[in-house]
Amino acid sequence: MDLSYFFELFLGGMTRGSIYALIALGYTMVYGIIKLINFAHGEIYMIGAFTALIISSVLGFTGMNSILILVISGVLAIFFSSAYGVTMEKIAYKPLREAPRLSALISAIGMSMFLQNYVLLAQTPDFLPFPTLIPDFKFLKPIEKILNSTQLVILVTTAVVMILLTILIKFTRTGKAMRATSQDAKMAQLLGININRVITITFIIGSATAAIGGVLISSHTGQLNYYIGFIAGIKAFVAAVLGGIGSIPGAVLGSFVLGWTESFGTGYISSDYEDVFAFIFLLVILIFRPSGILGRSQNDKV
Amino acid sequence: MSNLVKYFSLKEIKKSLVITLWFMVLTFPIMVIKVNTIENTVIWRWGYLAIIAIGSFILSTLWRYMMERKSLQAGKESKISLQQKLREMGEKNPRLKRGALAAVVVLVVAYPFATSMYQTGIMTTALMYVVLGLGLNIVVGLGGLLHLGYAAFYAVGAYTYALLHVHFGIGFWVSLPIGAGLATILGILLAIPVLRLRGDYLAIVTLGFGEIVRIILENWNDFSYGPSGIANIPRPTLFGIHFKLQQATIFIYFIMVALVVFTIFIVRRLENSRMGRTWIAMREDEIASQSMGIDITKTKVTTFAIGAFWAGMIGVVFAAKTTFINPASFTLWESIIILCIVVIGGMGSIFGVVVGAGILILLPEYLRAFSQYRMLLFGAILVLMMVFRPGGIVTNVRKVYRIDKEKTGEAE
Amino acid sequence: MVPILETKNLTMDFGGLRAVDNINFHINEGEIVALIGPNGAGKTTFFNCITGVYKPTGGDIFIAPDGTHSERINGLKPNIVTEKGLARTFQNIRLFQNMTVLENVMIGRHCRLSAGILGAILRTKATLAEEKKVVDDSYEILEEIGLTKFANEFAKNLPYGAQRRLEIARAMATDPFLLLLDEPAAGMNPQETKELDEMILHIRKNKKISILLIEHDMSLVMSVSEKIFVVDYGKLIAEGTPDEIKKNPEVIKAYLGDETDA
Repeated sequence: MDLSYFFELFLGGMTRGSIYALIALGYTMVYGIIKLINFAHGEIYMIGAFTALIISSVLGFTGMNSILILVISGVLAIFFSSAYGVTMEKIAYKPLREAPRLSALISAIGMSMFLQNYVLLAQTPDFLPFPTLIPDFKFLKPIEKILNSTQLVILVTTAVVMILLTILIKFTRTGKAMRATSQDAKMAQLLGININRVITITFIIGSATAAIGGVLISSHTGQLNYYIGFIAGIKAFVAAVLGGIGSIPGAVLGSFVLGWTESFGTGYISSDYEDVFAFIFLLVILIFRPSGILGRSQNDKV
Repeated sequence: MSNLVKYFSLKEIKKSLVITLWFMVLTFPIMVIKVNTIENTVIWRWGYLAIIAIGSFILSTLWRYMMERKSLQAGKESKISLQQKLREMGEKNPRLKRGALAAVVVLVVAYPFATSMYQTGIMTTALMYVVLGLGLNIVVGLGGLLHLGYAAFYAVGAYTYALLHVHFGIGFWVSLPIGAGLATILGILLAIPVLRLRGDYLAIVTLGFGEIVRIILENWNDFSYGPSGIANIPRPTLFGIHFKLQQATIFIYFIMVALVVFTIFIVRRLENSRMGRTWIAMREDEIASQSMGIDITKTKVTTFAIGAFWAGMIGVVFAAKTTFINPASFTLWESIIILCIVVIGGMGSIFGVVVGAGILILLPEYLRAFSQYRMLLFGAILVLMMVFRPGGIVTNVRKVYRIDKEKTGEAE
Repeated sequence: MVPILETKNLTMDFGGLRAVDNINFHINEGEIVALIGPNGAGKTTFFNCITGVYKPTGGDIFIAPDGTHSERINGLKPNIVTEKGLARTFQNIRLFQNMTVLENVMIGRHCRLSAGILGAILRTKATLAEEKKVVDDSYEILEEIGLTKFANEFAKNLPYGAQRRLEIARAMATDPFLLLLDEPAAGMNPQETKELDEMILHIRKNKKISILLIEHDMSLVMSVSEKIFVVDYGKLIAEGTPDEIKKNPEVIKAYLGDETDA
């Protein structure tokens, strides 16, 4: 076995996993709070990537330093993604909080269709090249084939985001409110927690991490179109389920497992069926361990 | 309408203005700036900003008005369904009902002769979606199981006919039941692993299932001829007679009319049967229905299997109508369009599905100018429908059993 | 005579929490028995174990519909338990909201019917006759419970008290030998509770159905039941006639601070 190929696949899988993790967080957090699978979450990620593309192209004409462009377009991508996330919640989910689950799910699918086609119509159906914003690190030159600078940035950024998020959830008042809400929303409300605020914050955080993921992956693959959110969203969802939906460490773990599966699967088996691995994985997990790797099993209250 | 006036008060206008401003900011990068990173051009479309501004101002006011109306209506359950109105009209005036039915029959029969071949083709497509909608309606509308992989069964039907023809030269009429049967079997196979899954997981797994089927069709070249698909599939024959294109178009149209009648007939009978009641009970409350002695496993399997049956059948017709199939016809969006028909038409209602298919398939054909906005509008309508009219255009009404003390019987 | 329902050391653990702790319980044919205890004592969990919603982690459940042959029913699916003749209602009303009242009862009849898919499509004589009989039988049950005027209303549009009664009607439609009522009087006013009292006695007398009820309304419990079992923290702390229970110091202790319920 070729060891360097193995490492290439390993780190490639980890990179994928990091991106899935950034998106999966949004699914898992939203699910934790309002028990809804936000089908349109992948679209938020796509909008983040598109915003970054637009802003960086505009700034590119000013001849600005590429690192500065990356920072500005990244920040704006986070801002706009969060804004879309919050607006989406207010329009499509908030009025349906008391409605049957099926209604909210269909509403989410509608939102997903709407946002995809909105970007398609307002921008373009074609793939656009994403500008190179992440500089080449000299010190990575010797192992370039195994780990390039974009991958390194992705891995480091994901790690930082995860640490910040853990601190936020474990040690801040907001985090406490979020945990309380996900345990028992009604009770949390009685205890004076502003549920609407918690939900808004959850959507902001979920959308922001998705936007970071969107910018990073687009830098990595070098292109994007209106449709990238769909498949990435589905896979991140698979990752969230894999780890146990509602559990943040679970989402991260599930993402890495899925990233590696795909990477090794395509590397050693066949690349034609790349997207099938995720779905088969999902089926198997749901049949044998529906609560995921780290999830706790839930009984419906009778 | 009188309370609409209050939306022109200063306070309300201010609210709308804030929302307008929010949407102007929100949509700014994507609506106003259009970049082309290949040619390195940037176009600023300030005009769109004005459209967004005016649009969001009007819509935000309308939204709040509708929300208030909704909360006012929440207390009293007085919405009378379109279906109920029609039914009452028919009962009051049996001659009118008979007349209307006769008119429909004449219209349906005369349609292909009075219009062009192109129009007939479109109408055939609409009829196909009626059956697809009715099939999915069993799963989603009656069974309450959100199924996003329905197109896979449709594909099974289409490929069954295509492959049977290529390898064995088997014709349309023999393939029709085989395609439907294979789809049913696949429906059962899908139902077994997903039995334990709750609503949202089920949605995603069925979606994954649909994608798996499509990806396999795309990549397994030896079996399915890959992305290039299968061409020269024969159109249906009648007792061995081969038709010319125009006659064949009309013939398929009538096949579809017959299949629609057949489907409605069967589905109507099923929905008000012992089995149909268990579907609805399962939708309403799984735990309660189990405690009432309903075998949920069996119920789920029957909804999936019977739902898949219709898709398989129409798949065969589809292959015969277009004479060419490839995996691109069976994407997730196909499943979602069928879902839209069910949801927008009215979940659980047969009449609703007919109306839904009519609106969703025919309108975009005749409003070509809007066809590129089709999916955008469908998406928006799905959300609005769920928020303001979750029952769909035609809210389903349950069968009324009439009971006389002496003579007990049912009335439809 | 064997008890028609008997549990031996029935135990249910949720993770580290023992919700039902070694409960030995029995009910004889024709009895009305009440299961009482403070909130969270494990009464509903006990119900869920018996009716197959939960699979008990320890102990056994036996039924003897005919009063002679015992049969172990641990771990059977809820629909099988119902088929065997145990029917239940739910504490937090779980009607089929968007079905009519009559249809709700018809669903209850489901497990006593046999029509299949072909019968439904072809409308065979047998199916038609069966369907007609379901409607008749269901209507009869509605008459008994006094809900005929709502027969074609959606269940969700019923007043609260009527919804509770419909739960009972639906359970009765399954032809049980034992009816398990989970807080049937919850949220009812005194007048409605009194009617419920009469209804329970009526069901036992006319339908020969035994009844096990969980209830907080002590006036109802004391007036209808012949025997009372008291649970607290998952354990059985007392059993006896209403008079014995009233005087039992253990019970008084368990309810102390929960006086308002009694």
